Amino acid sequence: MTTSAETVGKKFNIDTVENAAKTPDTELPWAELGLKENEFDEVVKVLGRRPTGAELAMYSVMWSEHCSYKSSKNHLRQFGEKVTEEMKKDMLVGIGENAGVTNLGDGWAVTFKIESHNSPSFVEPYQGAATGIGGIVRDIISMGARPVAVMDPLRFGAIDHPDTARVMHGAVAGIGGYGNSLGLPNIGGEMVFDSVYQGNPLVNALAVGVMRHEDIRLANASGKGNKVVLFGARTGGDGIGGASVLASESFDDTKPSKRPAVQVGDPFAEKVLIECCLELFKGSLVEGIQDLGAAGISCATSELASNGDGGMQVELTSVLLRDPTLTPGEILMSESQERMMAVVTPENIAAFEAVMDKWAVEYSWLGEVTDTGRLIITWEGEVIVDVDPRTVAHDGPVYDRPFARPSWQDSVQADTFTGSVQDAGRPSSSGELAAAITELIASPNMCSKAWITKQYDRYVGGNTAMAFPDDAGVVRVDEETGLGVALATDANGRYTYLDPYHGAQLALAEAYRNVATSGAVPMAVSDCLNFGSPEDPDVMWQLAEAIRGLSDACMELGVPVTGGNVSLYNQTGTVPIHPSPVVAVLGKLDDVARRTPSGWKEDGQAIYLLGTTAAELDGSEWSNLRGHLGGLPPKVDLSIERQLGEILINASRDGMIDAAHDLSEGGLAAALVESSLRYGVGARIALEELVERDGVDLFTALFSESQGRAIVSVPRSEEVRFKDMCTARGFAHLRIGVVDAAGGKLEINGVDELSLDALNEAHEATLPKYFG
Amino acid sequence: MTELPLIGGAPVAVEPQLSGAKIGVVTFPGTLDDRDAARAVRMAGGTAVALWHADTHLADVDAVVIPGGFSYGDYLRAGAISRFAPLMSRIIDAANSDAKLPVLGICNGFQILTESHLLPGSMIKNDHLKFLCRDQVLRVENNTTFWTSDYEAGQEITVPLKNQDGQYIADEKTLDALEAEDRVVFRYVGWNPNGSRRDIAGISNAAGNVVGLMPHPEHAVEPGFGPESNAGTDGLGFFTSVLNKIVGGTQ
Repeated sequence: MTTSAETVGKKFNIDTVENAAKTPDTELPWAELGLKENEFDEVVKVLGRRPTGAELAMYSVMWSEHCSYKSSKNHLRQFGEKVTEEMKKDMLVGIGENAGVTNLGDGWAVTFKIESHNSPSFVEPYQGAATGIGGIVRDIISMGARPVAVMDPLRFGAIDHPDTARVMHGAVAGIGGYGNSLGLPNIGGEMVFDSVYQGNPLVNALAVGVMRHEDIRLANASGKGNKVVLFGARTGGDGIGGASVLASESFDDTKPSKRPAVQVGDPFAEKVLIECCLELFKGSLVEGIQDLGAAGISCATSELASNGDGGMQVELTSVLLRDPTLTPGEILMSESQERMMAVVTPENIAAFEAVMDKWAVEYSWLGEVTDTGRLIITWEGEVIVDVDPRTVAHDGPVYDRPFARPSWQDSVQADTFTGSVQDAGRPSSSGELAAAITELIASPNMCSKAWITKQYDRYVGGNTAMAFPDDAGVVRVDEETGLGVALATDANGRYTYLDPYHGAQLALAEAYRNVATSGAVPMAVSDCLNFGSPEDPDVMWQLAEAIRGLSDACMELGVPVTGGNVSLYNQTGTVPIHPSPVVAVLGKLDDVARRTPSGWKEDGQAIYLLGTTAAELDGSEWSNLRGHLGGLPPKVDLSIERQLGEILINASRDGMIDAAHDLSEGGLAAALVESSLRYGVGARIALEELVERDGVDLFTALFSESQGRAIVSVPRSEEVRFKDMCTARGFAHLRIGVVDAAGGKLEINGVDELSLDALNEAHEATLPKYFG
Repeated sequence: MTELPLIGGAPVAVEPQLSGAKIGVVTFPGTLDDRDAARAVRMAGGTAVALWHADTHLADVDAVVIPGGFSYGDYLRAGAISRFAPLMSRIIDAANSDAKLPVLGICNGFQILTESHLLPGSMIKNDHLKFLCRDQVLRVENNTTFWTSDYEAGQEITVPLKNQDGQYIADEKTLDALEAEDRVVFRYVGWNPNGSRRDIAGISNAAGNVVGLMPHPEHAVEPGFGPESNAGTDGLGFFTSVLNKIVGGTQ
């Protein structure tokens, strides 16, 4: 029925362990595979001999930055260390597994994770972005969960650069093409344009899944005699980083050359794989399961064996191949998509096969779990890999890379926007302010993202309670009780460039605020740390500071990091991207019917501004529009964020507010416009009291990006209760206006009247103008 | 037969009067909206029965919904492979029989019905070439089919639309015939979102028991989880229509 390498016959000069022991001086292409000399020496030391070609392939991919976190590991430890007992109480599975798992109550658990697929998305935007979704979804499945939604934070180059359209069209179509075909609603994300991402766009993908507690699965191979099975798509030549080097193993030159390093996705295969896995979980037919992503079979076998209690023996010629000319090393390194590896007890083999047959999923039994403590891989019975799996999967090299505060940091921080050349002619008249607001909400980063989001299915599943453009995406988990989760992702590369420690905290603060704004209680964090080269001490300092800042802030807000991903070497030549720690926060809603949308609807409701405003324009979207980046980002006050969150959550739960929108990029001006455009309902706003109370001018009141703020609309009947709650908690609150359903405009005292039609047109026109 | 892998029980109280009516929901490999269609059936008061593409019998259902998705990946032509599924032969026979099994094809289901020749015409890629997800206004042009009797003629309803290959095409003669025979069941209102001929969003067979449309009524059955206009439940009428028809017919 199948074409395994075996049937094609032995074409390779197989480098066995026996041969390796006998030929210690054989030259191996370790440098071409990305290993450093000290790392290769370490492999030799670990094995007590030179590695075979297959072993070299495994070590080289598993010890890569991507798989081993060797540059960031020493810093990432803080996420595990700065955790209180209180933070651990709902964490069912922590960092280190495919994704963390958080207890939702009522026997429900939720798992979520964010990952990068940056480089592939630049090389081949459609497949790069598509397989980014595919990979993160498989991480979720392998925890035993049903995936229920995806999100995608995107960062592209300058909106008017000719190459941006190529990346944008491809990445958005790829995310849609893959995600839509899986039946997963896309509930939000981000979109940022900045020339720092021109040659290195950031395409991050988040997936969230839910399960019953008893369905949680872990990636480990335990129980001697249990069978190891590979199922899903066949293994092909896609995604092999070192294919050109490993081709030297081959003795014939008839094989296909220049295999793509970018994987190609098949969403149909993934959708079938999802249903098939869920049926396996339901029948308790697998003991351990692991998705195949980066480093393919190398990763799956070594991690399963390393996490288990014994060893594993597999026969590599049993792997079903798409291309029968693949060498053992290539098979081990292939990153072909839509594959899973599982451990099955002998009693469950028949039932397992029945599920595979029902879904027409191909599978092959590769071997079994042993008690030797070794990972043994054979090729037609000859041993080509004999390693301690821990040395491959977990005990890779760890580096204390040098880092230092960049020499330029002080001068950047000293260059404040106020008073700069770019600040000349700051808008002040009513006409100038109206024009400035319109310019802001039409700008690349503040304009409507509908061009993107309407290419994504947000309805499928029937559980989407809220999605873009609201502050957080909300998905129902339990149809009986209405229990659900809210998710938001945020990052501000500009803030983080100005101050990595606080910039990372600001990303968390905003995501936390967004989740609270929806009415959900923040519970857990996943982060995708996108940075430049760790070999650059400036970048390494940014990374170290961001991790320190983020871990400190997580502890202060009481939300643990349950998983994530580090993406380094994001740079063009020697120029790194802005440090971009993308932070995803997950929150819980006892009843998603209580969620708070970001726009107001009811005429006459009072509009309140929560929090205070300082003159904080450095790093702001306004300064970005004027081409300035310098100074210090807005101040972070996590106790204020926490109090604000509590107010928003209580107000939502007790029905005191009908709308809430967080203030972040673009400040109050952007928030007022967005809340008005959400349902096409305007407002009359007066900021004189705010200007007086906070000692700022009208422009600053509108465009400052001070943190810890939100606007809410309060029904008349609830106003006293709402004010009393804020007063009792000592939280700054100010009535700044009233919802005006009939006017069709946004009126702000001191600003020329803004018609909603004109604002809407300006807001919606930008992306279609550049991308069709 | 397969059990639909649901999250949660979705225990909607069935209408005692309608609950005896069983509506089958077909799952192909690659079907996406099967759980949604089953939920819509329950919301309307009926009993949803999961049908598997490889089944060779219809499990005594009173009606069938073929939901949306990308059956078999739709890498060939949407619905082109699904029409050959064993269950489809049963559905085609039952729909064409004197018993007139009510069949609703939604999105990919509509594509499967045209490929199966239960309905005329075909769907090609949207004229703007992109996947499009939006709340779409439709006009009910014919409220005498098995699936539309709970609507007023000319009623405008809002249901989600989400597809890549939604442009309905047929030759002029077929289009003229569809209009002459009152078989255009839904038209797009305000804006034609995919270039469909004569703004056609959905059609029926001559007997009115088979209806296909591109938009998704099963995503507009529950307040808060559908379109923001009206109560977001404009799609419920499809399911109550057929349930009332079935129950009325058996009483």
